[in-house]
Amino acid sequence: MTQTIKTTPHEPTTIYIKPPSGLAALNLRDLWTYRELIYFMIWRDIKVRYKQTMLGAAWAVIQPVLTMLVFNFIFNGGITKVQTDSNIPYPIFSYTALLPWGLFTAALNNASRSLTTNQNMVTKIYFPRLVLPLASVLGGLVDFAIASVILVGLMFYYKVTPNLASLWTLPFFLILSIIAALGVALWLAAINVQYRDVNYVLPFLTQFWLFITPVAYSAKVITGKWQFVYSLNPMAGVVNGFRWALLGANTGPGPQMWISVTVSVLVLVGGLFYFRNMEKTFADTI
Amino acid sequence: MTIAISVKNLGKQYKIGAAQGKFRYNMFRDVIVDTVMMPVRLVQALRGKGMRGTSGTSTIWALDDVSFDLEEGKVLGIVGRNGAGKSTLLKILSRVTEPTKGTVSVRGRVGSLLEVGTGFHPELTGRENIYMNGAILGMKRAEIDNKFDEMVEFSEVGQFIDTPVKRYSSGMYLRLAFAVAAHLEPEILVVDEVLAVGDAEFQRKCLGKMNDVAQQGRTVLFVSHNMSAILRLTQEAIVLNKGRLIKRAPTHEAVDFYLASGQAETGERKWNKEDIRADAAPFAPIALRIKDKNGKIVDTVRSTESMTIEWEYQLDAPVTGLRVGMYLNTMRGEYVFTAFDTDDAKRFEQFGARQSGRYISRCNIPADFFNEGRYYLGVNASAFGVKRYFMDENAISFNVDISGAPGTQWPEIRQGPIRPRLDWQIEKIG
Repeated sequence: MTQTIKTTPHEPTTIYIKPPSGLAALNLRDLWTYRELIYFMIWRDIKVRYKQTMLGAAWAVIQPVLTMLVFNFIFNGGITKVQTDSNIPYPIFSYTALLPWGLFTAALNNASRSLTTNQNMVTKIYFPRLVLPLASVLGGLVDFAIASVILVGLMFYYKVTPNLASLWTLPFFLILSIIAALGVALWLAAINVQYRDVNYVLPFLTQFWLFITPVAYSAKVITGKWQFVYSLNPMAGVVNGFRWALLGANTGPGPQMWISVTVSVLVLVGGLFYFRNMEKTFADTI
Repeated sequence: MTIAISVKNLGKQYKIGAAQGKFRYNMFRDVIVDTVMMPVRLVQALRGKGMRGTSGTSTIWALDDVSFDLEEGKVLGIVGRNGAGKSTLLKILSRVTEPTKGTVSVRGRVGSLLEVGTGFHPELTGRENIYMNGAILGMKRAEIDNKFDEMVEFSEVGQFIDTPVKRYSSGMYLRLAFAVAAHLEPEILVVDEVLAVGDAEFQRKCLGKMNDVAQQGRTVLFVSHNMSAILRLTQEAIVLNKGRLIKRAPTHEAVDFYLASGQAETGERKWNKEDIRADAAPFAPIALRIKDKNGKIVDTVRSTESMTIEWEYQLDAPVTGLRVGMYLNTMRGEYVFTAFDTDDAKRFEQFGARQSGRYISRCNIPADFFNEGRYYLGVNASAFGVKRYFMDENAISFNVDISGAPGTQWPEIRQGPIRPRLDWQIEKIG
């Protein structure tokens, strides 16, 4: 744990290094000092991800599109017929949810490994370790942007117009999806350093999470007392919110939405504190 | 004079053994116990305590009550054996890890060179890696832009700057990595043995650059096993041993102390059972002795007389291909020669296989060989290409006194470890 004490603007700052005691401060100012590093890490991850691949950035599109096609086949007449909200064509209905969902899974997958794959940096150099999962999550935004182009195409094709009354809320839901993703990512990233089980649990976890989030189906099928439990899922709020903002599906944010948002924020804040407290052990246990 | 770094009672404790917090499923029984214990562990983990080993965990103090102050602009060397705590100290100063006890106050930005090429990614080009590495080390983008050309020039990578780094030779890789790190301009520079890798050319360049940095008035902490580098770059040095700071002195004195601390001052070095690793068997060193021309054990020899070095050892089983020998170094860590008892072809034939028993390998160094100074011997017993039985890089030291040697009628210091008595002929030819 360190404290910084600034003397005058032109004099060097003095840092006191002490053994950790009590709850670690979030130290977000340090993170701001290292903002350029966050940018570089995102840039590096993206560059590396698509180098030496033939399809390059097209991969950002293939996953949500293929998933949507499979869902469309299974849930839209092939095996069963799922009711969409407000009679929106199923492909658009599911794709709108797959966008933030893709961001979420990418964030989880990359961020949970971010500390362990950058092990040599963690053990040799000082920088706020929050940079790593944060860069993983923010890096997903690029793929998100590329994949959302397909959504525009789909909407043209099905002649669905966005609901202009609610479209302005879309950025908030985007931020909400980042909060949700980052919150879970921080917990997983920190836990993974000590308990590598996370690597094994994650594929199962994301698959399970997909089923309990209204991506392939509408949240309207959940009734009664299950509605409360269901809304504890941070991604439920995100997905419903996206659908409402873009397409006007359902009646808009209700109590379930707010429960979901609260859970997201709590997970994020909890994640930040947990991460910061475990940070001191990273270099020693990684 | 302002203090740049102030270390007070610094201590760092590590747990050793299986208590690293990873589940170890050796048996199904463990799986069940682990599953049942999971809620307990979960609560513990959330409180930041991690898993305690079931069998008592042993701990080690990598640093134990270290205190020192370093003034701005000074260059401090840190020497010590492997495991003395040097890297741990640097890690704490670089805020990579946290201390268990004590405090450190650091005035100014710290640039750390704990490893060269951290953050390099093989898929990125040299150019991209420079930016990446620079950013990791704490440089702002503008700073990297300014110094970019300098860095490329220093690294001599030239036209390959835009090829992926995975295509580089190891030399190019190192040079590039060091080029970035060398252009950090922090108030305090902390360097950990980065010069241990690389060819002679690279090392020369690194030393040159480090020298420049030191001349610029920055505070530098330099860890190295290379006594030459320590002597050249630093003014003062501290010696660490088993986590404790045992000496702080002007560099010459500290280095001398460090080298001498490995051996006895009496001309004989004995080994205890505990000093010998289990995998050295069947070889077991007993004693190493320096003897003068009369066979007396001494720690100072006269250069005008011959001397004997003998190593007594035991073989508990027959060994083939064993060679027993030594490295001679100057006090500055420069090699003088390496010699093994079966170097000579006849001996090689004769002693290809040695029976078990007690042995002495002894060699005679003729008179008029060494220049004055202090030398230390490392010993090595190995079967070439097969196994190294025993090695001690710093087994014994001795002094050479040149009274009466050729040329001592002038009170001058002559460089170099050798001082032969040459047979000069002077002819008047006109």
